[in-house]
Amino acid sequence: MDFELVRLAVPTLAKGLWLTAVLTVASIAIGFNLGLALAVMRLSKNTALSGFAKGYSTVFRGTPLLVQLFLFYYGLGQLSFVRDNPILWWIVGDGAHCAVMALALNTAAYTSEILRGGLMSIPGGLVEAAQACGMSRLLCFRRITFPLAIRQALPAYGNELVLVVKGTSLASTITVLEITGHAKRLMSQTYAILEIFAIAGVLYLLINLALITLVRLLEARLTRYLPR
Amino acid sequence: MELGLWQVWEGGWITAILRGAAITIALGVASMAFGIVIGVACGLIKWARLFPLTLIVDVYTSIVRGVPELLIIYLLFFSSVEFVARIAAAFGYEGLAGNGYAFTIAVVAIAAISGAYSTEVVRGALAAIPGGHIEAARALGIPGRRIFRRIIAPQMLRIAVPGMNNVWQTTIKDTALVSVVGLQELMRAAFVGAGSTRHPFIFYLIAAVVYLTITLVSQGGFDWIERLLRSRTRK
Repeated sequence: MDFELVRLAVPTLAKGLWLTAVLTVASIAIGFNLGLALAVMRLSKNTALSGFAKGYSTVFRGTPLLVQLFLFYYGLGQLSFVRDNPILWWIVGDGAHCAVMALALNTAAYTSEILRGGLMSIPGGLVEAAQACGMSRLLCFRRITFPLAIRQALPAYGNELVLVVKGTSLASTITVLEITGHAKRLMSQTYAILEIFAIAGVLYLLINLALITLVRLLEARLTRYLPR
Repeated sequence: MELGLWQVWEGGWITAILRGAAITIALGVASMAFGIVIGVACGLIKWARLFPLTLIVDVYTSIVRGVPELLIIYLLFFSSVEFVARIAAAFGYEGLAGNGYAFTIAVVAIAAISGAYSTEVVRGALAAIPGGHIEAARALGIPGRRIFRRIIAPQMLRIAVPGMNNVWQTTIKDTALVSVVGLQELMRAAFVGAGSTRHPFIFYLIAAVVYLTITLVSQGGFDWIERLLRSRTRK
């Protein structure tokens, strides 16, 4: 491998690494909370709420992320009431903000399915026992349902986090220069396709490895009652 | 008026989008078919732990599943473009033969991605077959090839269907990424339409609806297959 090339490519791609990490963290933070809300809505007895959550998840899981991204960035940017509203324009007008919104809405749909599975796996007796002890519904959710559901759903959620990291690469199609954006630019400048791919790939694998390790540690902590 | 529904109808964009949808489906089906071949081969290797090969398969699946699909598509397109252009020039063609070339590379890229995910599904399905079945077949003296054909393959297929459904849904959505390198599929048709009419909202909305239709219809198909398999196991 050409040493000069590595010296040129690594700092550039490392700059992108920071943006990829920011995009990932921001969309996970928003997406997890939205996904939790959607999962709770999906399991509620109110058919309007559960129907909305089901439709949301069908639409966002049934269309490609790229279409959602372009629909928000180019599509919403065309509508005049979005342009005239300063808050909406702050979100849609900037590539990075728009990418975070699209990724967060997209991952919320997948997260809601994962958390729904976790919430449904909780034995009814536990909730009844909590109610018999006089816990309010919120307290029961906070102390009993949610921690158990998270423990159940964590391995699947770890996979979803990796998908979010890979999804941030699509932000490069709407002018955001994260790792893939820089990589594409370097590929067309240097023609050293394989080398650039290798460096960018290693950066992505490092991020994913770090995330998976974090999830494993959290999982070990949540299941520390189990004999090892 | 602002949405530009009239321009979509007037400009004949509906046919362009439907043609794009046909290419998207063809691309998805072709990539999925090759992906299943890759998945069955690599899944068997991983399951049987054939020594040097299983390491190669492990490296392949970890790279493809850990690196963004877009980056893999860039790698395959940009690295092949010069190579193919040189061959075309040697045979006296100036410029690439457009869509045929793009379609081939797109199938290679998407099949490589769906193959990695299929590998994990096949490996999981093989691991779910009770070991006793294979031992019983051996005890009966059934030859190895027939054990695979009569005992392993039918069970593996049945267990792998739900996982393959997921892989198919991901594959059809991944085909949208190929639009960034210029193949005239559904997403590209919407992109071109959005650019020339300056009405991106309606075009991407139509694209989203078409993708949603494809995924919902194929979901129904997979549900039907699963019901069929379940009713046959019960007897």
